[in-house]
Amino acid sequence: MSAALLEVENLRVEFGGRIAAVRGASVTVARGETHCLVGESGCGKSVTALAVMSLLARGARRSADRLAFDGIDLRDMGETAMSRLRGHRMAMIFQEPMTSLNPAYTVGSQMTEVLRRHKGATRAAATDRAAELLGRVGITAPGLRLGQFPHQLSGGLRQRVMIAMALMCDPELLVADEPTTALDVTVQAQILRLLATLQRDLGLGLLLITHDLGVVARVAHRVSVMYAGEVVESAPTAELFAAPRHPYTRGLLDCVPVPGKVARNAPLGSIPGVVPRIAPGFAGCAFRDRCGQVNASCAGIIPRRTVGAGHAMLCRLEPGWTGAGATP
Amino acid sequence: MSPAIEVRDVRRTFRVRGGLMAPDRHVVAVDGVSFEVPSGGVLGVVGESGCGKSTLARLILGLLEPESGDILVDGQHALSMDRRARARLIQPVFQDPFASLNPLRRVRDIVGLPLSAQGGIQRSEIARRVDEMLERVGLTTEMGQRLPAQLSGGQRQRVAIARALVLRPRIVVCDEPTSALDVSVQAQILNLLAELRADLKLTYLFISHNLAVVEHVATEVAVMYLGRIVERAPTDRLFAAPEHPYTKALLASVLTPEPGLGVPDVGLGDILPDPANIPPGCRFHPRCPMAEERCRSETPPMRQRPDGMVECLLVP
Repeated sequence: MSAALLEVENLRVEFGGRIAAVRGASVTVARGETHCLVGESGCGKSVTALAVMSLLARGARRSADRLAFDGIDLRDMGETAMSRLRGHRMAMIFQEPMTSLNPAYTVGSQMTEVLRRHKGATRAAATDRAAELLGRVGITAPGLRLGQFPHQLSGGLRQRVMIAMALMCDPELLVADEPTTALDVTVQAQILRLLATLQRDLGLGLLLITHDLGVVARVAHRVSVMYAGEVVESAPTAELFAAPRHPYTRGLLDCVPVPGKVARNAPLGSIPGVVPRIAPGFAGCAFRDRCGQVNASCAGIIPRRTVGAGHAMLCRLEPGWTGAGATP
Repeated sequence: MSPAIEVRDVRRTFRVRGGLMAPDRHVVAVDGVSFEVPSGGVLGVVGESGCGKSTLARLILGLLEPESGDILVDGQHALSMDRRARARLIQPVFQDPFASLNPLRRVRDIVGLPLSAQGGIQRSEIARRVDEMLERVGLTTEMGQRLPAQLSGGQRQRVAIARALVLRPRIVVCDEPTSALDVSVQAQILNLLAELRADLKLTYLFISHNLAVVEHVATEVAVMYLGRIVERAPTDRLFAAPEHPYTKALLASVLTPEPGLGVPDVGLGDILPDPANIPPGCRFHPRCPMAEERCRSETPPMRQRPDGMVECLLVP
């Protein structure tokens, strides 16, 4: 595999000195690789994505030991330089296409703006490119769609427009935050297939954020499970699903109803409680209040252990521990 | 005993203003739907957005009037019933617990409202039953003092369930009750609903776009497409041997957490269903991977099956 396209080491994001949203997360994405971030809401997945794109709200403090795109350090990059990269070499897709497309402009004018701004393309050239990409993402009659406004499109079409727009300048890295969560399952399957095809053909690096373990299993090469701002387990996809080690990962997997696998009348596994909001300076394992394996050492320093090839977890437990997942 | 819910050939359309110069359009939300839910059963209703699932729920709750057809709840006409009597019989749980709870009322008032709306129940009795129900759904009586904003998503959905059950109804209509929740919280709510159903002998109409969830909770499943039920079968049979091509496509699109399988091609193409413009013949034919020439013009007959039906020209 070629050198990493995106390297994030020990990323921290704090809001107003009171909330530590990301606490030392490390993630890498290689060219042609899909890396999924998974976890419950409030785990810091989206904040990590926004931190990578330098799109954090004012008042957020970001720091990292390394934050590099294709070897370029993003940590001290000014807004002007960053805005030249963003939408150009690194692009982002958001969850709700209705709120991220401008309702007052046509699809065509929003799509062409990206190319005209970043590459100085003429209106005609940009329109041709937009039509070509709309066709590429499976939209029939692209000419018609370019003249339409976002509200005239269905949810699936809008999400395709978002993807096509993100691809206008041939990005090398695509950050997608729950790109299919608001869509029907049938459309979700189509969009995910499309992303997989584009990625293979264009060699994109994809950082995909989702809470859906089914999506993770089917599209990711590598998975990082986030909890309360930390990556608590990271492994190649097949390894993570075959041999989950962290009690939180096991708990999440136990919650999912799987047709034919989970007995119909048996209760599903569940994780009691909710993701805590963590203040800066918190010590120990943030999952300990919900964990079935908790003991006194969970309040101390938690080691990051290597438990297999490319498989690491943040937990005091030995790699071979047995016992209940998250439910005591 | 009469079935808990009986729906006979129900149809409902909505008129959508066409705007300047354009004629008004008629959106057919529910188009000739019939089924029964036996007492104690769970009918799962699945289908894409716009297929009429939620309209069906509102018709059964008596919140909407059908244009034609009959809806009987516990053997009585849903619309002609006294509202208070209906509230004692059938109650809803909606998708979004952030939108379905009054943000200005305390939890105990939200849960107690169906009781006080009945009239003639003493306040001490209301307080007692509210406390009992809060504990029954896994909340503490202390949480009764809180506002919805002070609760997590899962706790709010528990409040919505407590409010639905405080009158001890026989039937609960759940419209996407876990779609807004995290998977860990979804599991808690599904377990709670299963437990309550067994203890209180409830009947559920369970609407969801998540087929894995429906498979787990339902005894029987109805698949809706553009206002019609195209297949209905006991859950085991529907998942093991689906007959309708649309059911097959829906099942294929379920992404189970099994790595290595990739994302399936569901084969539905890029045409999306439009309830304001229902195709002639079989309404599924523009997206159907198996469609033949006759599917464009012939209306598919309803074929009876033991405990169910399927509506497709291509199945014998």
